[in-house]
Amino acid sequence: MQRYIIIRLIQSVFTLIGVSIIVFSLARLSGNPLDVLLPDEADDETFIRISELWGLNDPWYIQYFTFVKNASRGEFGPSFKWQGRTAMELVILHLPATLQLASISIGVSVLLAVPIGVMSAVKKGTMLDTVGKLIALLGQSLPSFWLAIVLIWIFAVQLGWFPTSGRGGFSNMVLPAVALGWFSVASFMRLTRSSMLNVLDSEYIKLARIKGLPEWKVVWKHGLKNAAIPPLTVFGAIVVGQMTGSVTIETVFAWPGVGLLALQAVNARDYQVIQAVTMFISVLFIGMNLLIDILYAYIDPRIRFN
Amino acid sequence: MATEGTVLQLPQRLPWYSVARLRHLTNLIFKEYPVVWLTILFLVLIFPALTADFTAPHDPLKQQLSKRLTPPVWDQTGDKPGTWSNILGTDKQGRDILSRIMHGSRISLMVSLSALAIGGTIGTTLGLVSGYFGRWVDHLIMRVVDTFLALPLILMALVIVAVFGPSFYTAIGVISVLLWSRYTRQIRAEVLSIKALDFVARARVAGCSNLRIIVKHVFPNVVNTLIVLATLQVGTVILLEATLSFLGAGIPRPNPAWGVMVADGRDHIASAWWIAVMPGLAIMFVVLSMNMMGDWLRDKLDPKLRQV
Repeated sequence: MQRYIIIRLIQSVFTLIGVSIIVFSLARLSGNPLDVLLPDEADDETFIRISELWGLNDPWYIQYFTFVKNASRGEFGPSFKWQGRTAMELVILHLPATLQLASISIGVSVLLAVPIGVMSAVKKGTMLDTVGKLIALLGQSLPSFWLAIVLIWIFAVQLGWFPTSGRGGFSNMVLPAVALGWFSVASFMRLTRSSMLNVLDSEYIKLARIKGLPEWKVVWKHGLKNAAIPPLTVFGAIVVGQMTGSVTIETVFAWPGVGLLALQAVNARDYQVIQAVTMFISVLFIGMNLLIDILYAYIDPRIRFN
Repeated sequence: MATEGTVLQLPQRLPWYSVARLRHLTNLIFKEYPVVWLTILFLVLIFPALTADFTAPHDPLKQQLSKRLTPPVWDQTGDKPGTWSNILGTDKQGRDILSRIMHGSRISLMVSLSALAIGGTIGTTLGLVSGYFGRWVDHLIMRVVDTFLALPLILMALVIVAVFGPSFYTAIGVISVLLWSRYTRQIRAEVLSIKALDFVARARVAGCSNLRIIVKHVFPNVVNTLIVLATLQVGTVILLEATLSFLGAGIPRPNPAWGVMVADGRDHIASAWWIAVMPGLAIMFVVLSMNMMGDWLRDKLDPKLRQV
């Protein structure tokens, strides 16, 4: 187990180094990095300050180490669009809104996807299963930004049930959470269904039935517990998928989260903020995957001896 | 997603409204019959992409301000009734939506095919090399793959486009760069199991070079996986391109990319819903039928992939 954790840890560090190299080189690929790092209207003083911060007069390998050193301390320099704030401050400031939206939409998608997935596995081949498959297919095919606009059109403009945009009370959260969670409902449901089908075929389920356990106990206790591992493994990917998916959803709903921050930063060419957001989300993703792999190995002994 | 052999047997002597008949019909449409998605793909993607120049009713870029915000033809109620000249209505500048969607098909098809060719070639080659040679080559390539899989997709695309500026070629480049790693991972896993088979060892004993073994003996065995993977990726690529275009980082205006059209309609959703809804439906139908085609091919060609 220790050996496994150490190997995964080393792998994660390599991945992190890879991400930092990509983020580092992107700003420097197109000639003079100052053209990318600074917006057109920056004055001479900021030019000098930013050159010093990133050590832009040094050779590239020293520049890279300066970048890693700064990044590991969460120092990505001052923002230009939002004067008087550093890039990292901005990310942390916008994080709660994104986390709020993501956690609600993940919670709702799990609550929806697991029962539908289980039921469509149990009632395989019936109308219910067909409906489940249809939801799964649609979930992978609907563009989320378009779904968001259609939801606004129907439920905010036509019916007037929810506000069109902004952050506020509970009613502000419904539409963005649905638009954001739609995709994860589909992928969660698909996985739950296929894993549940495998489990229901197994010997111990037959035994549980022979023992005379009530059907609901067989399905929800003995079945679901064993079927839960594959959906768990994609959980990390889905969480971070929601963080990046939030770029479009937050833009459509004017939700003041990290995604909206990222898009505004890109449009304003505020590269300090872009670097901060990209590194932050990548670190989150890598950490999440590491955690889930370790959990996975803990639950399923076959993994750690492989 | 197993397909039962009994599905296609028509239930006899049952009234058309019976549950069994209805279920049979839905099975026919959603499970087995490739007719449905083939028709959609042809009508929405392939036919307009090839012939938009002479079959589209209007010039997709021509503005006619007198006809601006005309609703679709079936909406005759408002103070501006729909006309047969603009079947799906017009946008804010009076451009015909149907013509724009038809020309948009070409953009979607071009972007997805190019990204598929570039990303697929790079990804497959690296996957073959990584799986076949193993050891440090494998370690190196797989760490790079992990890195690319850890990148936040849309965010990275936005950054790259911010650096290089939005254009048709940037969009293709960005999408290929971000998606090759998925091919590598899948192909590598496949190669690992093929490499252990007898015929590879025998080819080596017979004196084949590594290159020959990879090209002549290993690659033909991953083609099925590749086809299925590529089909399923087309949908992803179209969605990604549309999302980028929607965010203003994909195909630049005034090109009629579907994502751009949805973005144009966003501000008018309250008064002119058709501007945003119509191109979105096109995206949905194409991606939906691509995914159905992928599922179907997977069942036919490569049942091993079902869990993916």
